[in-house]
Amino acid sequence: MSPVHYVALSAILFVIGGVGVLVRRNAIVVFMCIELMLNACNLAFVAFANMHGNLDGQVIAFFVMVVAAAEVVVGLAILMAIYRARRSASVDDANLLKW
Amino acid sequence: MSHVLAAGTDTDAIARESIFWILAVGSVGAALAMILVRRAVHCAIMLAVVMLSLATFYAMQGAPFLAFVQIIVYTGAVLMLFLFVLMLIGISSEDSIVETIKGQRMAAGLAAIGFFVILILGIGHAALGPATPPSVASGNSNLTGLATLIFTRYVFPFEATGALLITAALGAMVLAHRERTSPKPTQRELAARRLASGHMAPDPAPGVYALHDAADMPALLPDGSSSDASVSTALSQRAGADAPQFVRPEERIAITAEGDELVPDDVSSVTPSGRADS
Repeated sequence: MSPVHYVALSAILFVIGGVGVLVRRNAIVVFMCIELMLNACNLAFVAFANMHGNLDGQVIAFFVMVVAAAEVVVGLAILMAIYRARRSASVDDANLLKW
Repeated sequence: MSHVLAAGTDTDAIARESIFWILAVGSVGAALAMILVRRAVHCAIMLAVVMLSLATFYAMQGAPFLAFVQIIVYTGAVLMLFLFVLMLIGISSEDSIVETIKGQRMAAGLAAIGFFVILILGIGHAALGPATPPSVASGNSNLTGLATLIFTRYVFPFEATGALLITAALGAMVLAHRERTSPKPTQRELAARRLASGHMAPDPAPGVYALHDAADMPALLPDGSSSDASVSTALSQRAGADAPQFVRPEERIAITAEGDELVPDDVSSVTPSGRADS
């Protein structure tokens, strides 16, 4: 399989994740869609590393995984705090800063 | 896995091709299902399918270390964290279908199609060559090569991710912390509360009220309604009016045999002695 296939697949997955972020309103599902987008980026990085024959792309994908893990921890903690205060995980309900 | 898949023979090429197409269609379908299903738990399962497919793709592209990190860290840790939070904030949380912003889905779909076309045009115009033959990037040298890169050229970003992880852990602790508004009850206060409540012994184990209805263990109150102690409030909240009602065996017999005249008599004869015993 040539890297073009993998990059195209990662583009498809990224767009699907983006649609999920725009459309879904459960905050946890929005987070999952963000994870899908990050995974799609990782697939592209690994495909480029495979194409160029060096390992830098894989190192970048590794760092993306670390950052994604940290982001999930903080994001889910924020979500828990919001749920504790407002009894809802919907992103529509957190509208105190809306004018 | 990568040793087998990276070899250059014809059958291996066919195997790689078929695995790629099966998993590509499967992962795209799972991703689509993820944004279409309404239950958040089903979304998590679909995300697990996508992540495992991606792990296979990494293994096929000469990145065995990333494949295992994908399975262990992403599917193992991150997705389990998602499921934990789902359990905490309610497993049955569903999205509402009502659009709060008018035409939002249509606009999102149009934007996605436009963005996808731009991406594909960019990929088509880019000079993406074939994969280089697996020399450095596969096998055992993958791990050593990655380690060398991380601890030489990328050592500063590596340290930065360490700081980031510590900050994230601290942030999660601060956000999840809850201030106690009332002082913690002491052992003496707890004992006094238990004495005052009239129930010295702990509650009976699950299933006791399903089999017994006695004066010392009243599943039904004297007027025939089910006791708060016998049916959990969580059950009655969940089921609403359909909460499980305890029907004592004698009552069923009495209804079928001679009507409901036996039951109040039975209750009144049993209850006072039971109360006196306890």
